[in-house]
Amino acid sequence: MRRVSTITVASIATAALAFTLTACGESSTESGGGKNKGLGLAFDVGGRDDHSFNESAARGADRAEKELGIKNKMMTAKNSETEAEREQRLNSLAEAGYNPVIGVGFNYQKSVEKVAKDHPDTTFAVVDSVAAGKNVESITFGEHEGSYLAGYAAALKSKTHKVGFIGGVNNALIQKFQAGYEQGVKAADPKAQVVSQYLYPNNDKGFNDPAAAKDKAKGMLDSGIDVIYTAAGLSGNGSIEAIAGKKDAWAIGVDSDQYQQPGLEKYKDHILTSVVKNVDVAVFDLIKSVKDGKPITGQKTYLLKDGGVSLATSGGFIDDIKDKLDAAKKDVVDGKVKVKTQP
Amino acid sequence: MIKKFDRNKVVLAVAAPLLAIVAAIAITSVIIAATGKDPFHAYQVMVDFGSKSDSQVWIINKATPYYLSALAVAIGFRMNLFNIGVDGQYRIAAFFAAVVGGALTLPGIVQIPVIIIVAMAVGAVWAGIAGLLKTTRGVNEVISTIMLNAIGASVIGYFLQDGRLAKKEGNLIHTPYLPDSAHFFEIPTTPKPVYGFVVIAAVAGLAYWFLLGRTRFGFDLRTVGRSESAAQASGVSVKRMVVTSMVLSGAVAGLVGMPTLLGVSYNYGTDFPTGIGFTGIAIALLGRNHPVGMALGALLWGFLERTGTQLEFEGYAQEIVGVIQGVIVLCVVIAYEIVRRYGLKTQQRKVGEELAARARKSDKAEAAA
Repeated sequence: MRRVSTITVASIATAALAFTLTACGESSTESGGGKNKGLGLAFDVGGRDDHSFNESAARGADRAEKELGIKNKMMTAKNSETEAEREQRLNSLAEAGYNPVIGVGFNYQKSVEKVAKDHPDTTFAVVDSVAAGKNVESITFGEHEGSYLAGYAAALKSKTHKVGFIGGVNNALIQKFQAGYEQGVKAADPKAQVVSQYLYPNNDKGFNDPAAAKDKAKGMLDSGIDVIYTAAGLSGNGSIEAIAGKKDAWAIGVDSDQYQQPGLEKYKDHILTSVVKNVDVAVFDLIKSVKDGKPITGQKTYLLKDGGVSLATSGGFIDDIKDKLDAAKKDVVDGKVKVKTQP
Repeated sequence: MIKKFDRNKVVLAVAAPLLAIVAAIAITSVIIAATGKDPFHAYQVMVDFGSKSDSQVWIINKATPYYLSALAVAIGFRMNLFNIGVDGQYRIAAFFAAVVGGALTLPGIVQIPVIIIVAMAVGAVWAGIAGLLKTTRGVNEVISTIMLNAIGASVIGYFLQDGRLAKKEGNLIHTPYLPDSAHFFEIPTTPKPVYGFVVIAAVAGLAYWFLLGRTRFGFDLRTVGRSESAAQASGVSVKRMVVTSMVLSGAVAGLVGMPTLLGVSYNYGTDFPTGIGFTGIAIALLGRNHPVGMALGALLWGFLERTGTQLEFEGYAQEIVGVIQGVIVLCVVIAYEIVRRYGLKTQQRKVGEELAARARKSDKAEAAA
């Protein structure tokens, strides 16, 4: 038995080795197609129907298909992936002839950098992060400007003249939301009071802890605050729930139009508006630029004036202050008001 | 007589994996067909794409940590210890190895061993806690290792912050980069290189085979696994064996993160791969704790993951690969059990026939006398 197993081992090893050596001839790169097939879109976990970030990118792709006739291929990340999988996904898309190739989510930063180097003739992009490379566009957003309008609306809608901000994690990105919001409140109502609080100083759990956000929001409501803007990812659902429990209190959502979110249907009458990040605009612009033969590369920040961020109007709760908001928006777009990125 | 018995055993040994593969292919075909797609085209895509040279390199690189993880799990399995904590052990090991490696700048010949030793030591300590808890307090290792996974993740979460042991780069937070001297060698193949850590993995596999199959310690370990009381009676200290094998398992788990740390990322960040410890459990089951079996299992896993993305590209549901992996593990476990029972039955029947024949013979002899 012992001898048999040794022989088996030896033959398997030989076979494996032989297989490796002989098959080394062709690599999958050599069998790729030649002409451009359209847009390659690599999603973060969640896929195109995540009601938020990915879905917004997908909308841009759909629009390009309708208006420019550009086909697309969408692929989705699995849970707990490694760099190797992300690289392969981008690679497969680039190799099959898709151009541009977009990685949605900052997780794609490194893999975009690597794969872009191997495919100098394809344009790549990464959303929400800055990646290096001559053929790479780094798409970021002016969250502070959107938050400015949210603050403006909050101050106009508040009856107690006390409004609140809840951040998930106290990092540079979320501070942008806070800074814009506070500035917007002061611009609309100099006498209004803003209370800004964070769920966690630096733990990413802050984006996934609705219970903590619910407690924070309750505390704020008890102190007389009646409009609360929560920039905390999934945690925001907790504060919206708490706010919906109080009459005449308003919540402001973030990233996507949370009024439309099925999971928040019960509370939607309390969702004043949402600061929406329009990834679709950025995606569409890039597709168009590649089609026109002048691909966008380098760092591009989508601000209020590019339609990169906006306030959602579903529910019609801010229709009565529309004129004032439009004026405030115009000030920012024209550069009359400069919104801070640091509180 | 002995020769014939051997041949039966070989047939049985081949029958189990064959049965498993045939059953797995049959079941997955049904599942793919149920999603309204052509299963045979899927296999063709997988074989075509998976055999490309860059796929081979990808698969080997992917399989290396899987194999190490399976070895760590298998050391426990052979002793009837279920070390679910490989996941936490390799992560905390890689984290502290990355911290130490990032803080030192030594010549590569010193730097790399230091990093690897730190990783193995941290992994060993983390697993050793579970071993000690089991021997001193009787805490089941399944519970304690699962808890230690969570604790490990929290410890990493605490230290992996800007200003503590890590720094920020865009939206990613990671430990300082290892110096160039700590980059592990690569085996140059076209178009992408194979990470040199595959050599360490092969050595670890060889050491596993030798230690368990060829030494007194390995014999003791397997004895405890078969029967604690028998081992105790023959003078083996079961408690010491539990702690030692947990420590050993943890040390090997410490190696799991090294191919990534020394060959790809050169730091431990929020994007460091997780979950390899659980993959290791599946591969150890698949490979029947055998060093070669697990190597094939790890390669198969890599192959499935490589081709899975391609399947999605061809319009198949990407979850198909997860289903295939699950089905294969189940089929292997079931097939081996069926074949084992069948083997046992034929053996019993044979022995029974022999005894009956002998009894008849002696009856005849008695009658003649």
